[in-house]
Amino acid sequence: MRGNADVHELIAPGSLAAVLELMAREPGKWTPIAGGTELMVAFSAGRLTASRLVSLWGIADLRFIETTADAVAIGAGATFLDLRRSATIQADLPLIARASSWIGSIANQGRATLGGNLVNGSPAADSSPALLVYDAEVELISVRGRRRIPYCEFHTSYKSNAMAPDELLYAVHLPRRWAHHRQYLRKVGTRRAMAISKVALAATALMNDGVIGEIRLGAASLGPFPMRLVKTEAALAGQPLTRETAQAARQALLTEAKPIDDIRSNAEYRRTVAANLLGEFLLELRQEGGRA
Amino acid sequence: MNTPRAIIRFTVNGERMIVQAQPMKRLLDVLREDLRLTGTKEGCGEGECGSCSVRMDGELVNSCLVPVLQAEGAVIQTVEGLARNDELHPLQQAFLDHGGAQCGVCTPGMLMAAAQLIERNPNPSIAEIREALAGNLCRCTGFTRIFEAVAVAAEKARLEKVHDAW
Amino acid sequence: MSTHAKTRIVGAPVPRKEGLDKLLGRARYVDDFDREGMWYGATVRSAIPRGIIRSISFEPHINWSEFAVAVSADVPGENRIQLIVADQPCLAESRVNHCEEPILLLAHTDRQKLREAIAAVRIEYDPLPAVLTLEESELQQVVVWGEDNLLKSFLLEKGDVDAVWADAAHIVEGEYRTGAQEHLYIENNGMIAEYSELNGVTVWGSLQCPYYVFKALRGIFALPEDKVRVIQTETGGAFGGKEDYPSILACHAALLAMKCGHPVKMVYDRIEDLAATTKRHPSRVRHRTALDKDGKLLAIDIQLDTDGGAYATLSSTVLSRATLHAAGPYMCPNVRVRARSWATNNVPYGAFRGFGAPQAIFAMERHMDEIAAALNIDPVDLRRKNFLHQGNTNSTEQLMREPVILDQLLDRALRESDFYAKREQFAHENVSSSVKRGIGLAAFYHGSGFTGSGEVYLNSQAGVDVTPEGMVRVLVSNTEFGQGTNTILTQIAAEALSLDYGRVTMAPPDTGTVPNSGPTVASRTSMVVGRLIERASLQLLAMLRAEAGLGAHFTSDEFFAACQRYRREHGEVVSLCRYEAPPGIHWDDQKYRGEAYGAYAWAVYVAQVMVDTVTYSAEVEEFWAVQEVGRVLHPVLARGQIEGGIAQGIGYALYEKVVTQNGRMTNNQMTNYIIPTAEDVPPIHVFIEEIPFRYGGFGAKGIGELPHDGPAPAILNAIRNATGVSMNAIPLLPEDLFARLSAAHALQEPAIV
Repeated sequence: MRGNADVHELIAPGSLAAVLELMAREPGKWTPIAGGTELMVAFSAGRLTASRLVSLWGIADLRFIETTADAVAIGAGATFLDLRRSATIQADLPLIARASSWIGSIANQGRATLGGNLVNGSPAADSSPALLVYDAEVELISVRGRRRIPYCEFHTSYKSNAMAPDELLYAVHLPRRWAHHRQYLRKVGTRRAMAISKVALAATALMNDGVIGEIRLGAASLGPFPMRLVKTEAALAGQPLTRETAQAARQALLTEAKPIDDIRSNAEYRRTVAANLLGEFLLELRQEGGRA
Repeated sequence: MNTPRAIIRFTVNGERMIVQAQPMKRLLDVLREDLRLTGTKEGCGEGECGSCSVRMDGELVNSCLVPVLQAEGAVIQTVEGLARNDELHPLQQAFLDHGGAQCGVCTPGMLMAAAQLIERNPNPSIAEIREALAGNLCRCTGFTRIFEAVAVAAEKARLEKVHDAW
Repeated sequence: MSTHAKTRIVGAPVPRKEGLDKLLGRARYVDDFDREGMWYGATVRSAIPRGIIRSISFEPHINWSEFAVAVSADVPGENRIQLIVADQPCLAESRVNHCEEPILLLAHTDRQKLREAIAAVRIEYDPLPAVLTLEESELQQVVVWGEDNLLKSFLLEKGDVDAVWADAAHIVEGEYRTGAQEHLYIENNGMIAEYSELNGVTVWGSLQCPYYVFKALRGIFALPEDKVRVIQTETGGAFGGKEDYPSILACHAALLAMKCGHPVKMVYDRIEDLAATTKRHPSRVRHRTALDKDGKLLAIDIQLDTDGGAYATLSSTVLSRATLHAAGPYMCPNVRVRARSWATNNVPYGAFRGFGAPQAIFAMERHMDEIAAALNIDPVDLRRKNFLHQGNTNSTEQLMREPVILDQLLDRALRESDFYAKREQFAHENVSSSVKRGIGLAAFYHGSGFTGSGEVYLNSQAGVDVTPEGMVRVLVSNTEFGQGTNTILTQIAAEALSLDYGRVTMAPPDTGTVPNSGPTVASRTSMVVGRLIERASLQLLAMLRAEAGLGAHFTSDEFFAACQRYRREHGEVVSLCRYEAPPGIHWDDQKYRGEAYGAYAWAVYVAQVMVDTVTYSAEVEEFWAVQEVGRVLHPVLARGQIEGGIAQGIGYALYEKVVTQNGRMTNNQMTNYIIPTAEDVPPIHVFIEEIPFRYGGFGAKGIGELPHDGPAPAILNAIRNATGVSMNAIPLLPEDLFARLSAAHALQEPAIV
């Protein structure tokens, strides 16, 4: 235990309005902490640089899953256990339910929040690939008001995002229109549970008479932040699902992916496995197409 | 800098407690140092090993990752609160009978994770037991005795419920 | 001889002696204790692998007057940790020889103040060239230890290997490598120390071997026996990792206690424990094997090298056990093992369950499958053809006097795992699947107790006494750290004394109370110490019959009444025994020939694996473990040992990699040093055959280390079966499997569309 509780201030204003007020008064001075599954690890290791923290835990205004006819809104304070247990998420956004079940352990899932996962901005974030292929939008909030941006524009560089210093992540909005899409998500870690992803790929696609209609590919650990593989998507969209198409897409992915060597894996492995995952998805897609 | 102490009121193992602590102090350290509940262990300090697992407001948490300020008003159960009076919790008895504890350091957290499981899911499959305990690393047993103990305890708890219902 | 007699308590699943305390959260580990007025200690460590310490300075923003500081000059005795070769300083003097080497100690009343203070100690070095692999060390271009970097070497020779090559029908060569492995006991190393002029040094801590710590403290403080006391606290796992390291930590805590005049607690966090404490020795083993046309072994020639790290620690004894297990449980007329342990500037490697045997057995059993492939014979048949049998001699020319039932173990393993049918089924299914399954096995033995004449030199003393309150106490320095020492030794005493299990307890593991019954290592507790307790108990009965009128048959009350009578007339009721070697034990330490071990446990393990060619990950799907371990003292504990050892062996094979950069561990967090979770350990099927060993406690042989020996080779043999590609190094992580499969061109472009 290397942290010193004497050098970190932590307050819990208790309401969203009070937190926003604080952040407006001293923009950038306060670091929000929700379930603590990232910041408390840094604290114990003596790596926590934030000296003033404001707790979001227990703020009911941030912890919700709301469903309308064509969309689901998930509060940034919803935990991954909340997401796993939600019947709507399970039915309409199954990749999110599955990604949630892979985040750390049950104990981590009960504390880690969707908002925390996104704001932390790890290139390996478990929830990100699914959000990317579901066309998620994120809603940001401050005393100045609210704004929505596509999630694929949220991360701007390694561990940086599009939020202003006085803003909080308020909610994630997801359309409910995936029932006819072929959906895919696979996370690759070294072990089955409690694994940090070495590479992950999510996909949604629609087939029309053997031709790929729309397709989205979302990846983790292939770049400085989770991202759509737009060039690989372009190699597939509107194409018949042939061996040539698949090989072209594989090549596109191998070129587009920019993974790194780090303590958990190496770039060559990540790139190749990502290409293999794409191959696995396309095979499923073709079999699905064959059945249809 | 010396952060002022916060006054935290919470319920631990059924008892209402008040402690004064730095708000960032880990719940784990408050339990062990301030309340002398040393059954809860630290294995890694990063939410990886689960030795510090306790239950907070009905969910399993790693107490090393909870700043105590966030436990304000919470209901907390630790391993010391599992047995009632002199009667072992069915999980404790089953761990004793089936070799679920060896060195004993993962045991308190393992028991809490298992208790969380069988309360939410009285009839867990082996796959569900494995998943529920995946955040609690044991280096001694290879887990097999633990799975057996949890399955036995779950069954006993079910029978007791049926018995109680009569 | 009691080994075949019916028993009431031995062999019964009695409750673990300290089990209730552990389940209630009452068991007290070192970090659960405080001493009045206690301070906290921390260690300033080397940041470089090798160099001269030019200067040490203290940054002025810290109020150093609040701290106690200890350096090597504060050591009252000799600044060397007394173990086998006293080469390792307690605190570095003018130079450092590995990263994380302790240089300076700090203590403060507030634990939270220590990290900042550590960062404010500035150490300037003149770096020296470092040797970080055994390959660099054996070149001897940079000498970092002694004259030649050689920590220890052994030569074992049976017959004449070199006379065989010319006429052999087949010669098969192979090279095998194993990596470092961290014990990852869930409780980190920790110690509390007190010091006073009057009483000397007392330490309480997480440790395996109280008398090792005792010896180290006496050397560092130059104190007589009666001024040093070592007390083991409840210990949360050890696996060899608390065999030698606690000696260093105890000396550190005690030095700080001496400097500050208060009790001092030093408990490592996981980051420090992973980076600074011992690991399993990495190894490289080269095999050259001659066989006749039928696949009978003619000669086994082995060159076995280990990386020992910066100091000698236990490298010589680890190497010894590796040497003695290198040729496996096979009959071969000509064997040569040339073994060397090399000094490097890595953190010293140390004891870890199996103690060199897992490295040697990985190579041997992997090589057997390579031989089978080269000769195009079934690996099962190759082993069966060459198994040792009763009446044969093994590689040290030790006559196998006791029954050897390898054939029976193999048959059972094949039957229980449905080996042949699965192998055929997988071969068929793998053709059209991206998931490749395979099945493989390993056969091996593990010697129980200290090597050769080691037990004679140890001259262990153990026994029982009876308290005035009416409890029998087992007096041993052997410790409980999860494996069941408390339970089995009290079972043995209760059985031998015809008492209830509840009337026997363990004396506190305190060198002020218990005799030196040797270290708790080497699978010796059940067999060697168990036998001492059995003998001491019988001796106590004889004493009470002779001196206190105890009848031939007696009740519990009569027993304790006799003890009271004895106490009134003769004083303390105590019975101690010393080790006696079984007859016919001869060991030549120079030639490495003779009775290497008093007994061997035998096993055949089978692994079923799945290799996913999309992700290059290998998983163990199911595991079968068949072994003969002598008499089983406690059926549940025995299974727990075996299953736990297998899980650790699976980690060794597929998950656990110590990543270093310039001699420093960089994945020193549980998040990054990956061990198997509850979801990764497969169903493990354990089968035990019992052939009581007459010189072991109630017939027991060793069981603790054996299960770590077999998983890695069985798993990698199964992976070979699945993929057709030989994998000769562990750990085999997905990245390694990817590289290996790519290099072998065995990888077809995944069947995409």
